[in-house]
Amino acid sequence: MAGNSAEKIQGGLLGWVDARFPLSQLWNDHLARYYTPKNFNFWYYFGSLALLVLVLQIVTGIFLTMFYKPDAELAFASVEYIMRDVEWGWLIRYMHSTGASFFFIVVYLHMFRALLYGSYKRPRELIWVFGVLIYVVLMAIAFMGYLLPWGQMSYWGAQVIVNLFATIPYIGPELVTWIRGDFLISDATLNRFFALHVIALPLVLLLLVVAHIIALHEVGSNNPDGVEIKKNKDENGVPVDGIPFHPYYTVKDLVGVGVFFIAFFAVVFFAPEMGGYFLEHANFEPADPLATPEHIAPVWYFTSFYTVLRAVPDPFLGVVAMGAAVVILFFVPWLDRNPVKSVRYRSLAHRINLGVFAVTFIVLGYLGAQPVTAFFSELGIRLSTMYFLFFWLLWFHSRERSAVFSLLSFAVIVALYTVYDLMRVGAANETLVMGMWLLPTAYLLVTMVVPVLSRSLGRDRPVPERVTA
Amino acid sequence: MKPSILLFLLAVVTLVTSSVQAAGPSVSLDSVKVDVDDRISLQRGARLFANYCMGCHSLEYMRYNRVGRDLGLTENQVIESLIFTTDEDGELVNPGSLMSNAMTPAYGDEAFGRAPPDLTLLTRVRSEDWLYTFLRSFYRDESRPLGVNNAVFENVGMPHPLWELQGWQEKREDADGAVRLQVVEPGTMSGPEYDRAIRDLVAFLSYMAEPTQLDRQRIGIFAMLFLLIFVVLAYLLKKEYWKDVH
Repeated sequence: MAGNSAEKIQGGLLGWVDARFPLSQLWNDHLARYYTPKNFNFWYYFGSLALLVLVLQIVTGIFLTMFYKPDAELAFASVEYIMRDVEWGWLIRYMHSTGASFFFIVVYLHMFRALLYGSYKRPRELIWVFGVLIYVVLMAIAFMGYLLPWGQMSYWGAQVIVNLFATIPYIGPELVTWIRGDFLISDATLNRFFALHVIALPLVLLLLVVAHIIALHEVGSNNPDGVEIKKNKDENGVPVDGIPFHPYYTVKDLVGVGVFFIAFFAVVFFAPEMGGYFLEHANFEPADPLATPEHIAPVWYFTSFYTVLRAVPDPFLGVVAMGAAVVILFFVPWLDRNPVKSVRYRSLAHRINLGVFAVTFIVLGYLGAQPVTAFFSELGIRLSTMYFLFFWLLWFHSRERSAVFSLLSFAVIVALYTVYDLMRVGAANETLVMGMWLLPTAYLLVTMVVPVLSRSLGRDRPVPERVTA
Repeated sequence: MKPSILLFLLAVVTLVTSSVQAAGPSVSLDSVKVDVDDRISLQRGARLFANYCMGCHSLEYMRYNRVGRDLGLTENQVIESLIFTTDEDGELVNPGSLMSNAMTPAYGDEAFGRAPPDLTLLTRVRSEDWLYTFLRSFYRDESRPLGVNNAVFENVGMPHPLWELQGWQEKREDADGAVRLQVVEPGTMSGPEYDRAIRDLVAFLSYMAEPTQLDRQRIGIFAMLFLLIFVVLAYLLKKEYWKDVH
């Protein structure tokens, strides 16, 4: 009898709420009756994991703000106070610093998933655009957060990145002073970066995440086969290849969370510095505006773009190239016009393009963390070129191209960078420049010319009607 | 999709494990293995630090009583063996104070050209190997104001604080042109004794840079065990739920 009445009150309460707030409807629309393709694979864990890391960063961040002092005189010591005197402060701080790096790992894998399975294609263009906006805001938050410990690398990293704006003609210097709020990185800069890092940008981020998820749930999830499950419904209007997100994917993602936590906490507990990549050695020294560190490198998640910046000799054009490397991501849905979504049914040429892009991005990242040498600098130039060529090829592979168009555009692109090479090559670096010339040329040869000779390489395959198991 | 996953993971692993940036000197560093779980070694290191280093170098992010607690010292032992700093009234500072010292930066600048840096985080900035090699690499150099130079830190502004223990080294060139340091005037310790003393000091400063490393790995093992069990249970739960998905 007791159980009976309890149930009645609960049902009554839910009914009372539902009459005033669409609680059950929200639950059903987004979880219990949100039908998700049943064939998600490994790559599909990273959406929910990104959400998990977001929550971790917000919660640990709130605790850190209770003890952190955004003051150039006190900031560094307050971080060490958190590490030593605050109960469990070290754990919270390591979770936050490790969380920043894992956020980028998860987001990069999440974005690569979208590239693999064409998740940015019609009707999911806006999901992708919101996603890239999230990525841009995330970079801003990470950059501003990195200033807060007020270590040497915080200070000089911020100095280098803020000074990028100084390369803008005419308004550059004033703009930089306006951003810093001073003539150098100082207490004023620290205070405003703190405000932006802990409240302004996280608010924007949360709104964008909500928009990202609403857009996703409006059109439904893509899947590794790139098949629209909504095109194939049973008599109740339920997609035949769909299963409710809850409980199926909530329990499945729980496994993902567990595995993720093992990796995450392995770093937190056993290697919080991650060999100097997650917490840089120079950042254990308080900021000193008078002493420049020997080697300034951004944190690993920015290094790919840093290499693009360094690949261009003119500072302003370098900044433009670096900005373009990020902005071009927004256009991916309109560059890749191939109707086949999933890489499973795309041509071998496209698969090679994707594979080369992944390797290019990672090697660019490695180069950005290294001091400049002639070899690395030349490799950086070539890989930056290849980074942008990926997007050209994405468009190029939108359909099967004629032999004439393929060969002609190949010749034009190769000619363009070869002319540039001839302008900059000297007796000293001839072998290096011309040897590395082979890299983008081989890349284009395989993805543009070989498909002309062997048509099967450039041909997409038929997409099945239903998802495969 | 297997190749793409493999490729990506492989590339990520390569990135993460690729060689760590070597920071600092041109001479090769001797590697040292310190055990921050060895309390006796830490206590010996703390005594060396208090007797030979702390006159100039502070540990201003750390409190005396935290060191006492972690190293197994009683409050009286902390007061007797670690605290030499006095406040404005000439009283010994209390054990809850930060381990700063009496030397003001202005005085330090005047005396040494540059105030002796705080050493709380030294091993995290440089490395244990760097410190171990540095403290064993002082040599006589009459061209320097203090008559001493360091092979790891060229033209360092400090004297050799441990010369009584190590004695004096001089730079010698071998027949094959290799430069090495040789003790020419022995101190109170033999070579191996001195190396051990330095290892204790490095261990103490390594502990100092991150006192929680004592707890962190111990707790980490329990966290890993918990998570492994969690993953197994979550996987079984998932399998149970997914039985009817075909």
